[in-house]
Amino acid sequence: MAEIFGIPVPLLLGQLMLGLMNGAFYAMLSLGLAVIFGLMDEVNFAHGAFFMMGAMFAWMGGQYFHLGFWWMLLLAPLAVGLFGLLVERLMLRRLRGMDPIYGLLLTFGLTLLIEGLFRTFFGVAGSPYNPPALLGGTLNLGFMYLPTYYVFAMAASLAACFGTWFLIERTKLGSYLRAGTENPALVQAFGINFPLLVMLTFAFGSALAGLAGVLAAPIIQVSPLMGSNLIIVVFAIVVIGGMGSVMGAIVSGLALGVIEGLTKVFYAPISSTVVFILMALVLTVRPAGLFGKEK
Amino acid sequence: MNPVATQMSASRLQSAGSSVAPTGKAEPAALSIRDLHAWYGDSHVLHGVELTVNPGETICLLGRNGAGRTTTLRAVMGLTSARTGSIGVFGKEVIGLPQHHVARLGVGYCPEERGIFASLTTQENFLLPPDLPTRFPGFSIDEIHQLFPNLKARANSPGTRLSGGEQQMLAVARIFRTGARLLLLDEISEGLAPVIVQALGRAIKELKKKGFSVLLAEQNFRFSAKLADRFYVMERGKIVLEIERSELGNKQAELNELLGV
Ligand SMILES: Nc1ncnc2c1ncn2[C@@H]1O[C@H](COP(=O)(O)OP(=O)(O)OP(=O)(O)O)[C@@H](O)[C@H]1O
Ligand SMILES: [Mg+2]
Repeated sequence: MAEIFGIPVPLLLGQLMLGLMNGAFYAMLSLGLAVIFGLMDEVNFAHGAFFMMGAMFAWMGGQYFHLGFWWMLLLAPLAVGLFGLLVERLMLRRLRGMDPIYGLLLTFGLTLLIEGLFRTFFGVAGSPYNPPALLGGTLNLGFMYLPTYYVFAMAASLAACFGTWFLIERTKLGSYLRAGTENPALVQAFGINFPLLVMLTFAFGSALAGLAGVLAAPIIQVSPLMGSNLIIVVFAIVVIGGMGSVMGAIVSGLALGVIEGLTKVFYAPISSTVVFILMALVLTVRPAGLFGKEK
Repeated sequence: MNPVATQMSASRLQSAGSSVAPTGKAEPAALSIRDLHAWYGDSHVLHGVELTVNPGETICLLGRNGAGRTTTLRAVMGLTSARTGSIGVFGKEVIGLPQHHVARLGVGYCPEERGIFASLTTQENFLLPPDLPTRFPGFSIDEIHQLFPNLKARANSPGTRLSGGEQQMLAVARIFRTGARLLLLDEISEGLAPVIVQALGRAIKELKKKGFSVLLAEQNFRFSAKLADRFYVMERGKIVLEIERSELGNKQAELNELLGV
């Protein structure tokens, strides 16, 4: 059997694929955070809870309303986006102009509240959520077998990332957002409704977290705590990529997924901490992150 | 004399030195500032500014460093931390309006620091300010490209890669096409090569022909002397002198003293 550094090639490729898939999720989640941070200077601590809500909504849709995966792929992100919109409009907006730490505290409290509510009603055990029949089988990639759904989830996450990148970097609405990130006062002086832009951006970032949640539901156990396990890693990735950078979030999300996967093969004991080790390194060399600009 | 010109000179007479809003058929002033006070945090910067820009007029706001010209323009746009008094834009009171509603009355603002966005291309910077609900034709994109050909040539460069002069052109050009009919231009000739200053001067004259009302905040008296119909001089947050173009000769000495030249 072929080997690289004493590691069988299929094992290596397998971890590479899984790493890429995790990376695509990291990318999607850090993208939402980064976009919100760029425009509002606000760290949305509730991002993990929004991710969990996406997955829980998907599960609840199937459980209580017999709505399948495809329906929930559409409805759950919309619901989470709408929830995000209300959070911004009714709570975060009041904190505008204050120290961002208040927003962090608010979203942290909100996270506890949301997770607590879901735990009260659904417990912490977690439930499996089956992928749709269409994506049920496994796919032969030549070097390995991969569940078809994994390939779909990866492709869908990458499509969402690319779509977001396109929206922000290549459209008129995106130019408002980029300009607002640089100089909100001037954007308002041009007659652009900045508060509306902030609200929609927050809703969009939330919806993206919700979408990641639905896509992750068939892969990891759906449970009220699934967000808090993941979000810390995502925060580290956003710090590595640089707060507020769209490409930075995507690239570092993917790269760290892969690095994490490969660490599992080469030196498994640090596979769950490698992201934080890298974060510490990046912070000492480039405090604004790999793709970030010093403010 | 054509009727428009008659009407304009009539409203100019009416507003000279008076704060009464024009009545009857006369148009309201493009900008009418009364007893304006403005603050940055605790520091009280404007102390009762009185200033009028009539429709179609090009007005120059002169003053030494720190006199408060920039702050006056920023106060109109709602960019100071607090303001009191009255700011009428085409007859509508601006104080109390949400920030993004000021432009919609037909105001275009070019900040002193130019405000070119680094993450936007030249073309994106140019097209950023949205069209305003004024039905004022302003300039077409083609006309602007004729005035400033560089902007077309460099459409795809990031805005901040342009030279200082090109960035200044971009900063003014992008508010020519939105339907804004009162332009607040802060220090647009500062630190630029003579050819660029001339191009900007030509553009201001074109604005006048098209019926724009313009308020220039300028330190460069020589630049504005050729362009403005009227001059205000500020000192320590107040207007201390108002000069009609025709009075320039008589009041030159007084002006020089105030400007310290
Ligand atoms: N952000 C700010 N915070 C506190 N004070 C300010 C601020 N900006 C300006 N000032 C003060 O307000 C006064 C007026 O400044 P302003 O920028 O309006 O002057 P100016 O007439 O435009 O002069 P110049 O452009 O030559 O500096 C100055 O004394 C200045 O120090
Ligand atoms: Mg100034």
